[in-house]
Amino acid sequence: MNIEKESYKKYVKKRAKKSPIIKNCIWAFFVGGFICCIGETLFRAYHRRLLLSHQDSSAWVAVTLIFLSALLTGLGLFGKIAKRAGAGTLVPITGFANSVVSPAIDNKSEGWILGVGAKIFTVAGPVLLYGILTGVAYGFIYYIYLLCV
Amino acid sequence: MQKGIIKLEAPPSIIAASSVVGQKEFEGPLGSCFDLHDDKGTFNMDTWEKSESEMQRLALNLALSKCNLKSEDIDLLFAGDLLNQCISSAYGLVNFKIPFFGLFGACSTCSEGLTLASMVLSGGMANRCAVVTSSHNCSAERQFRNPIEYGGQRTPTAQWTVTGSGAFILSAYPQGPFITEVLPGRAVDSNIDDPNNMGAAMAPAAIDTLMRFFNETKTSPSDYNAIITGDLGSEGSAILREFLKTDGYDITQNHNDCGLLIYDCESQDTHAGGSGCGCSAVVLASHLLPRMNRGELDDILFISTGALMNPSSVSQGNTIIGIAHLVHISNTNNKGLKFNGNTN
Repeated sequence: MNIEKESYKKYVKKRAKKSPIIKNCIWAFFVGGFICCIGETLFRAYHRRLLLSHQDSSAWVAVTLIFLSALLTGLGLFGKIAKRAGAGTLVPITGFANSVVSPAIDNKSEGWILGVGAKIFTVAGPVLLYGILTGVAYGFIYYIYLLCV
Repeated sequence: MQKGIIKLEAPPSIIAASSVVGQKEFEGPLGSCFDLHDDKGTFNMDTWEKSESEMQRLALNLALSKCNLKSEDIDLLFAGDLLNQCISSAYGLVNFKIPFFGLFGACSTCSEGLTLASMVLSGGMANRCAVVTSSHNCSAERQFRNPIEYGGQRTPTAQWTVTGSGAFILSAYPQGPFITEVLPGRAVDSNIDDPNNMGAAMAPAAIDTLMRFFNETKTSPSDYNAIITGDLGSEGSAILREFLKTDGYDITQNHNDCGLLIYDCESQDTHAGGSGCGCSAVVLASHLLPRMNRGELDDILFISTGALMNPSSVSQGNTIIGIAHLVHISNTNNKGLKFNGNTN
């Protein structure tokens, strides 16, 4: 039998069960918010208790969250949380840490150079490239702006 | 005229079958039917690729011991898997020293191997052949999707690659169950480019093969005890049933899918069901053939379905090509010889 290709594509798209967007959003909101609360608590602890400067405290918050995320990834727990949390764990710095650590663990079997070294940024690569590019472009525009005013 | 169904003059018999699986498959509805499982899924190997090879080695070893044969007794070996250049099969089976054909038919490899082996046996070119296929969730994830520990969400239509390997020993000497006829599938471009909806990408190939089969044999779905597809999952199975029904072939009563049989999709969170070369192989070896041996099933159509794609083709936006090979397995051969099952 001949299935008309275009109509088949439409038919498949129509019948495919959609991802539960509202449920995902609620999970993302609460988990993402919870991670931000941890960040804020850490910030206050570093800033007020350890008397670090505002900038240093921010940096240490990022370092701590990245460490926790990497640890959870290594213990195999991050994926389990992220399966529910979705964007909640992906968007904060935790998602970035996971996207660097998980290929590193995965490709260890191919050695430190061709495995970990070559493939550590396979997931995070686009974020890094375009993030840095945007930073450069923004810096350039800001530089021109400063020259003009 | 195009070659259609190949009726095997001397139907070969599947004299032994074995299945080796991972923990998730063991926890599924067919858990107790599988011969061996490893709760860590590593099979004591240090890489996932080696674990998959080890499953193939264990599966073939077990199948040989079930029928009291040695590797020297096997004339030809047909094996395949999902990894690039079929490395799981090559590394896993190298020490058996059996003349070897590496097959790639994606998840259709099980029925592809059975088809080729039975044609060779029926044609008198060999006395005994082995067919082995495997897939491993972790090695497949690494090759086709994201790193294993990457935290992401899967869509409802996504399927779960089965960790498992099935091995079959086929003999030219009549014993049963018999492979009486085979219908090699045609590659069908599904026009679907979503790798998270493999069921829909493979369904047109399964529809094509089954329609060709019913049209040529002038039989109807009710003439068979069961029509079992490989890994269409819930999505592909629903599409298959709907399209065939529209064309006058209602398979809803006796159709099932290995991808749906192997997991409890709800409680095991496998979304649309299982997939992979190992999926149809372990279900055939552990569930369908034993049921034929016990006489609960006499006559089945077994159709492994495959999605012929790789990560490059998907990221370049190509549509997925599906394929489905049909193997007709019966307890009665074309000379009326009836297999009464075995109890061991």
